[in-house]
Amino acid sequence: MQQTAAPLDVPRSAAARGTQRSAPRLLPRLLMAPAVTTLFLWMIVPLVMTIYFSLIRYNLMQPGPDEFTGLANFEFFVTDPSFLTSVGNTLLLIGSVIVITVVGGIALALLVNDPFPGRGVVRMLLISPFFIMPTVNALMWKHMMMNPIYGVFAQIAEFFGATPIDFMADWPLLSIIIMVAWQWLPFACLIFITALASMNREQLEAARMDGANYLQQLRFMYLPHMARSIAVVIMIEMIFLLSVFAEIYTTTGGGPGDASTNVAFLIFKQALLNFDAGVASAGALLAVVLANIVAVFLIRMIGKNLD
Amino acid sequence: MAQRKKSFDWLEAGRTVAAWVVTLLIIFPILFLAMTAFKTELQAIEVPTQWLFKPTLENFLEVQERSDYLLYAKNSLITSIGSTLLGLLIAAPAAYSMAFFRTKRTRDILMWMLSTKFMPAVGALVPIYALAQRSGLLDTTLGLIIVFTLSNLPIMVWMLYSYFRDIPHEILEAARMDGAGVWGEFRYVLVPLGMGGLASTGLLCLVLAWNEAFWALNLTAANAGTLAALIASYSSPEGLFWAKLSAASLLAIAPIVVFGWFSQKQLVQGLTFGAVK
Repeated sequence: MQQTAAPLDVPRSAAARGTQRSAPRLLPRLLMAPAVTTLFLWMIVPLVMTIYFSLIRYNLMQPGPDEFTGLANFEFFVTDPSFLTSVGNTLLLIGSVIVITVVGGIALALLVNDPFPGRGVVRMLLISPFFIMPTVNALMWKHMMMNPIYGVFAQIAEFFGATPIDFMADWPLLSIIIMVAWQWLPFACLIFITALASMNREQLEAARMDGANYLQQLRFMYLPHMARSIAVVIMIEMIFLLSVFAEIYTTTGGGPGDASTNVAFLIFKQALLNFDAGVASAGALLAVVLANIVAVFLIRMIGKNLD
Repeated sequence: MAQRKKSFDWLEAGRTVAAWVVTLLIIFPILFLAMTAFKTELQAIEVPTQWLFKPTLENFLEVQERSDYLLYAKNSLITSIGSTLLGLLIAAPAAYSMAFFRTKRTRDILMWMLSTKFMPAVGALVPIYALAQRSGLLDTTLGLIIVFTLSNLPIMVWMLYSYFRDIPHEILEAARMDGAGVWGEFRYVLVPLGMGGLASTGLLCLVLAWNEAFWALNLTAANAGTLAALIASYSSPEGLFWAKLSAASLLAIAPIVVFGWFSQKQLVQGLTFGAVK
């Protein structure tokens, strides 16, 4: 890990310039063409269609001539009280899951960092939740863990004489956060374990000799070393958490009310439950703007750790 | 010295116990699910939970009968393998080009590709649905393969790029000096050296496609439904079928979890996106 992003760039681009001169310029573009073209189409075609749909009256149940309505769909979507709730829920969901998985992941990674009996097996078992499909994850938690009568949590509560919590009714968003965090914690943890494996043991040993306590080691040795992997974890999770859908779809259905509706689910509701493709498209465009704000913010924040 | 050794052992013992307890707690829901799959419906909702019981296989038989598990499993296999191969075919040349013919715009293109991932899938739902319907790809495995490939492509390019970037250019220069053409370079230098990257990227894509639920739920019905969609059909509130739900879920996650266990080292290595050397 002696290489950091900045010095890496310099010799590389110099080398690249070298190769570029000797190689035909056409080939690199030709090789990139399939990926760039397909992704461009994948982005631009739906985008243009969405923009068009968002400006017309388009109800899936009432086919008719395309009637231009200006910004009425946007107005409808934004003035819907569900809109602000769903933006709040989206940010809360992303924020909580990232905090839980990064902090928990670091703690867990430090716990299993040094060798102990069965470390290989623990590592293998730990990643399991990452492989569980969201629909299974959601139903498993909803029924077997969180059911207020038969669920494991209810039984534990009863055992201690407490009233079982009705998770889906009273804490719907928290329930979703638990499910999603459970899925992503192992991912974060394993990336951090891999990062820790490349730490310089002698430096750590030296720091210990010099009397650095555990917190100091954490602050000045472990965390700086993990900075890049923390950036990667946040980046990846952000991409997937912006579009959390199946967990909501299979458990709370966004409710009660809008309590667990995120932006993605609100758009889905408009499109396929209210059949209003026009409003859904307006919502989709707003979601793209929201996603881009988050992305810009994110890349500003951790971008230099990424390349 | 002896005393120090002893206290060190205590620390290790404590850490071992803690690590195992936390791990078992984390995978507890999966174990519980696996256990419920072998119970009868009545035992499944018994309170308090019975930990010892006579296992039964009837749930698995019923899942196959009631909802044709094998068809969904076949669809899952076809779509995940198909989209992985197609994705690698498109992503590998692009990543190679970006890593070895780096220009000023390379970073921008990469960031642009990633930014397409930031658009929530639901944003494209109406258009993609309409396009799929018009082209006859709705509820077909081919349609799903195309959508999975495209939605995984940015991550695949990024992951492969971070692998290829670390292959020393000198090796390629040497191959070129020895008269290797582009194909030779690719075949004899890049593929062997980049094998790890191709493998981890492929693995991640398999997992993502296998578990993908949004498009699978919205673009398929009876023909091309994948296991993720099958499980969602068990969420309908027509009563509590925990044992059958568990059996179906276990059948849906077992292949990919077992596969994941054995390939996790490779997979995690790739997921660091070159953040760890």
